[in-house]
Amino acid sequence: MNIRLLFIVSWWLAMWLLRATLERDMAVHMTVQVPMLIGLGLLLAAVVRPYELRWLAEADWLGIPGIVAVVFGTSFWMLPRALDEAVADPFFDMVKFLSLPLLVGLPLGLSWRRMPSLGRAFIWANFIPKIAAIGGLYLMAPTRLCAYYRLDQQAVAGWTLILVAVALGTLWFVAAFIGWPPYERKQGSPPYSSSRRRPVRITAGRGHPSRCRER
Amino acid sequence: MMSRGFLPLLAIVFAVGSAAIAWETDGLRIVTTAGARQLAVERAPLSLPDVGLVDQDGHAFSLSEYKGRPVLVDFIYTRCPTLCGELGDDFHSVLKLMSGTGAARPIDLLSISFDPQNDDREALQLYGDRWGAKARGWRIAAPADDRSLAALLQSFGVVVIADGMGGFIHNSAVYLIDGHGRLARILDPDVPPQLLAQALRSSTP
Repeated sequence: MNIRLLFIVSWWLAMWLLRATLERDMAVHMTVQVPMLIGLGLLLAAVVRPYELRWLAEADWLGIPGIVAVVFGTSFWMLPRALDEAVADPFFDMVKFLSLPLLVGLPLGLSWRRMPSLGRAFIWANFIPKIAAIGGLYLMAPTRLCAYYRLDQQAVAGWTLILVAVALGTLWFVAAFIGWPPYERKQGSPPYSSSRRRPVRITAGRGHPSRCRER
Repeated sequence: MMSRGFLPLLAIVFAVGSAAIAWETDGLRIVTTAGARQLAVERAPLSLPDVGLVDQDGHAFSLSEYKGRPVLVDFIYTRCPTLCGELGDDFHSVLKLMSGTGAARPIDLLSISFDPQNDDREALQLYGDRWGAKARGWRIAAPADDRSLAALLQSFGVVVIADGMGGFIHNSAVYLIDGHGRLARILDPDVPPQLLAQALRSSTP
């Protein structure tokens, strides 16, 4: 068995065994457990990419179906009711443990490389304010939105989501304006220099070779 | 170029994704567990298990004794510093409103403690005294045993969690049981007591 696959599966199993610990607090549930499950899907994508079905890869034109699945999946697991049910019902939690890696992380990992850089920028620019807005909602709600979490936990979750949004926004700002990693500075040329051939890089990821050929 | 499988795949992703969201939010109407419960009850009243209770005077009775008489129910614990006060105040106002109208049928209010470990008869009595529940159709009761408690919380959809300071946090709502002994409505505790009284009055016996 593939050693990387073994690592992913054992990490997943460990998370399942620790589910009560990671779900005791709303902020940990939303900003540690859920992203880690998506991260496992990303790792899985790296493992299965060479074996990706050809027709599926072609049907995932510009990564659009994949990223739409990601948007649906992440929206679903931001619903207070979905979080509640995951805490209350092990069956529902298993749905979360399977859907986040397989229907969010995996398509994200596979589709991201197919997406044009402006498309990636669009997703980032949507996702970051969305987290901040949900964080703000949790922070300002006078009542509890989740039956299984206290109001103070809800406020902490709200602050944590806002912090995550600020951190991601800052990172992305640097990536968009300076480049990531910001190596161009070290070469002695200011990033804002207009004489550079590529003063602005939208994201860190690679371009899309097949698209370039079409032009 | 757009590949042949693209549109079918996109359609499938869209269909599954929006179906999941629609199912979880009841067609974008609710996002919380409490909201889902409220909506479900409004669509079709839920039947309730018959459980044993003991009230502040030590009388044992069962939920089915209310059959033919609509009753407003809330869930409390007597040490509660916050929400249960609001609930107690609500029921107190309902009593005041309804006793003034000279209603033909008795007013039935029932506060159930989910903390029978601490809420003995004396504690229930004190809570009743504090809110003026004495001998006026408002019973403060505790479940007869742990199984009754579990069945009650399950059927009413009450979630009780520890507040980290020795107390509890629970959903606060006022539940209307209709004359057939079914859970007919879930009302927010911050609705005006007039509405609670009206709900009780207009429910068919």
